[in-house]
Amino acid sequence: MSGSLLLRRLVQAVPTLFGVSVVVFVLVRVVPGNPIAMMLPPGASLEDMERLRQAYGLDGSIVEQYVIWLGQALQGSFGTSISLRQDVLELVLGRLPATLELAVLATIMAVTVGVLAATVGILFRGRWPETLIDAINGFTLAVPDFIWALALILVFGVLLPVLPISGRVDPRLGTEFATGFYLIEALVSVRFTVVGDLLAHMIMPAIALALPLAAIITRVLKNSLAEAMAQDYVMIARVKGFSRWRIIWVEALRNASIPALTLTGVQFTFLVGGTVLVEKIFSYPGIGNMAIDAVINRDLPLIQGLILSFAVIFIVVNLLVDLSYGLLNPRLRT
Amino acid sequence: MTGARLNWRIVVGGGALLVLALIAIAAPLLAPVDPLEQDLFLELLPPWWQADADPTRALGADSLGRDVLSRLIHAARPALIVAVVAGVLTMLLGTALGLLAGYMGGMIDVVISRMVDIWTSFPPVLLAIMLVALIGTGLHSVIIAIVLIDWTRFCRVVRSETLAQTEMEYIDAAVIGGLKRGAILFREVLPNVLPLVIVLLTLEMSIAIIVEAILSFVGLSVSSDSPTWGGMIAEGRQVIHQAWWVMAFPMGLILIAVLALNLLGDGLKTALDPVLRR
Repeated sequence: MSGSLLLRRLVQAVPTLFGVSVVVFVLVRVVPGNPIAMMLPPGASLEDMERLRQAYGLDGSIVEQYVIWLGQALQGSFGTSISLRQDVLELVLGRLPATLELAVLATIMAVTVGVLAATVGILFRGRWPETLIDAINGFTLAVPDFIWALALILVFGVLLPVLPISGRVDPRLGTEFATGFYLIEALVSVRFTVVGDLLAHMIMPAIALALPLAAIITRVLKNSLAEAMAQDYVMIARVKGFSRWRIIWVEALRNASIPALTLTGVQFTFLVGGTVLVEKIFSYPGIGNMAIDAVINRDLPLIQGLILSFAVIFIVVNLLVDLSYGLLNPRLRT
Repeated sequence: MTGARLNWRIVVGGGALLVLALIAIAAPLLAPVDPLEQDLFLELLPPWWQADADPTRALGADSLGRDVLSRLIHAARPALIVAVVAGVLTMLLGTALGLLAGYMGGMIDVVISRMVDIWTSFPPVLLAIMLVALIGTGLHSVIIAIVLIDWTRFCRVVRSETLAQTEMEYIDAAVIGGLKRGAILFREVLPNVLPLVIVLLTLEMSIAIIVEAILSFVGLSVSSDSPTWGGMIAEGRQVIHQAWWVMAFPMGLILIAVLALNLLGDGLKTALDPVLRR
C-alpha cells in the first residue's frame, strides 16, 4: 500500500469517528435521567447541583455541550468520570492494556487453531478428520462467546477447579508493574511465575473469545485452500515430487491467506466487542468491564471516552489489515 | 416457496423449537410450583440424582429456595417473546432500508450505507447495554435495543442482494413491460430476496435470545423477580462454588434454543437452495 493510499484511509476515518462521537453524544443525552443528582449527598441545595452541572459541562444546549466537548477532546481532554471522579483519558489508558493483551492473545490462539484445523482438514480431504473438523466447526460457530465463557468457568473453574475464574493476576504474588502491559512486562523481565499466573487468568477468557473466531477462520481458509490446491502451480509442485503437507504450507497457504486475513480483520472488531461481556463474566479489569459499569452508573464522560476508544481500535485494526495485504500479495504492492 | 423440501435439519431444529414454544405457552400448567415461591429451607437444594434431593424439586432450588425447574419453564416465555418480536421487527426494518438503499441508489444509498458503517463500529453488546440503560429496563426496551442495533445485519445483506437482482435481465424486462418502480420492487425484487431474509431471520432470533440472556445477566432485562434464563445464570454465577446446577440448567436451555434455530436456518438454506444458488 502506497503512502497516499494510507493517507486517504486515515482521512476516511475522520468522518466515521466524528459520526460515532455525535451518535454517542446525542444518545446518552436525549433520554431523561440525572447523573448529577446521583452524585450529591441527600440534602444538597439546587445551587450545589447547578455548580456541579457547570463543573461537568452539563449546562447549556446539546450543541453547545458537544462543541465544548469536541474542542476539549481535540486537545486530548475527555473530561472527568462522574462515578470514579478521575480523568477519563487516564482511566481508559489505565485499563486499555489489559484488554489489548487479552484481545491479542485470543487472536493469536484463534489464528493458530484456525490455520491448523484448515490445513489438517485439507490434508485429509474426504476422510474422517475432515468430517470431524467440519462438525466441530459448525457447533463452535453456533455457540456464542457468552455461553463458551460460562461453560469454561463451570468446567475448569468449578467442576475441575484448575484455573482461577476472576481477575488478572493473583494479588498474593505481590508483583509491582511499571506499565499496564503486565504480560509483556513479565515476559521481558523473565518473571516466569508471574507469566504463568497471568496466563492462567487469561486463558479462559481468551479461549471464549477465540473459539468463534477460530471457527470462522477455519471455514474461510479451508475454502480458499481448496481453491488454491486446484491451481496449476500446485500441480507443478506435485509433479516435482513435493509432499502434500509441504505444498499446503509453503505454496498454497500464502495465496489462500488473503481472504482469511480480511475476515480476521473484520472479526477482530467483533472480538473486541466480545471483550465487553467476557471481561464482565471473568471480572477481568479491562475497558469492557469498565464500560458495563460506566453504562449502569450513567457515567456520561466515561461512556463517551470508552466508546470512542473502541472506535479507534476498530479503525486502527482495519488499517493494519489493509497494510498487510501488500505484504502477502505482491501484485498489490505498487 | 416452490421446490422447498423438508430435510432432517428442519425437522429436528423446528421440532425442538416447537417443543420450547409449547413449554412457553403452557408454562403455568407445566411448572410444578410457583416460580416466585421462596422456601429458605430448600436453599441451594441439589437436583434429583444427588443424595439429599427433594422429589418435589426435580432440578433443585436456587439461593432463595425457589424451584429451578419452574423458573426455567416460566423463563422460556420472555426468551421466546423477544426472539419472535425482536426478530421480526428487526427483519422488517433492516429489509425495508436494504431494499431502499439497493434499489434507489444515489443519496439514499449513501446515507443508509454510511449509517450502517457508523452503527457497526460500536461493540454491539455495549450498544445494547447502553440503549437499555437509557430507555429503562424491561422486555420492551430489550426488544427496541435489538431492533435498533441489528437492523444493519439485514440491511447489508438485502442491499447487496437487491443490487445484484437489479442487474438481472428480468428487471429490464419489467421496466420495458411498463411496470412502475414500486411494483418492480415489491413484485419482482422482494420475492427473490425473501429466501435469504428468512434464513437470516432464524439467525436473528437466536441472536435475540442471546442478547436477552446477556441483558438479563447484567440485570437490565425484566425485573429481577420474574425468571429469565440470563437472570438465573447471573444468580447461579454468584453461588457457583456451592451449587453449579443453578447456572448449568439455564445455560443448557439457551444452548438448545440457539442450536435449534441454527439447525433450522441451515435446513432452510438447503431447502431453498435452488433460489439462493446462482
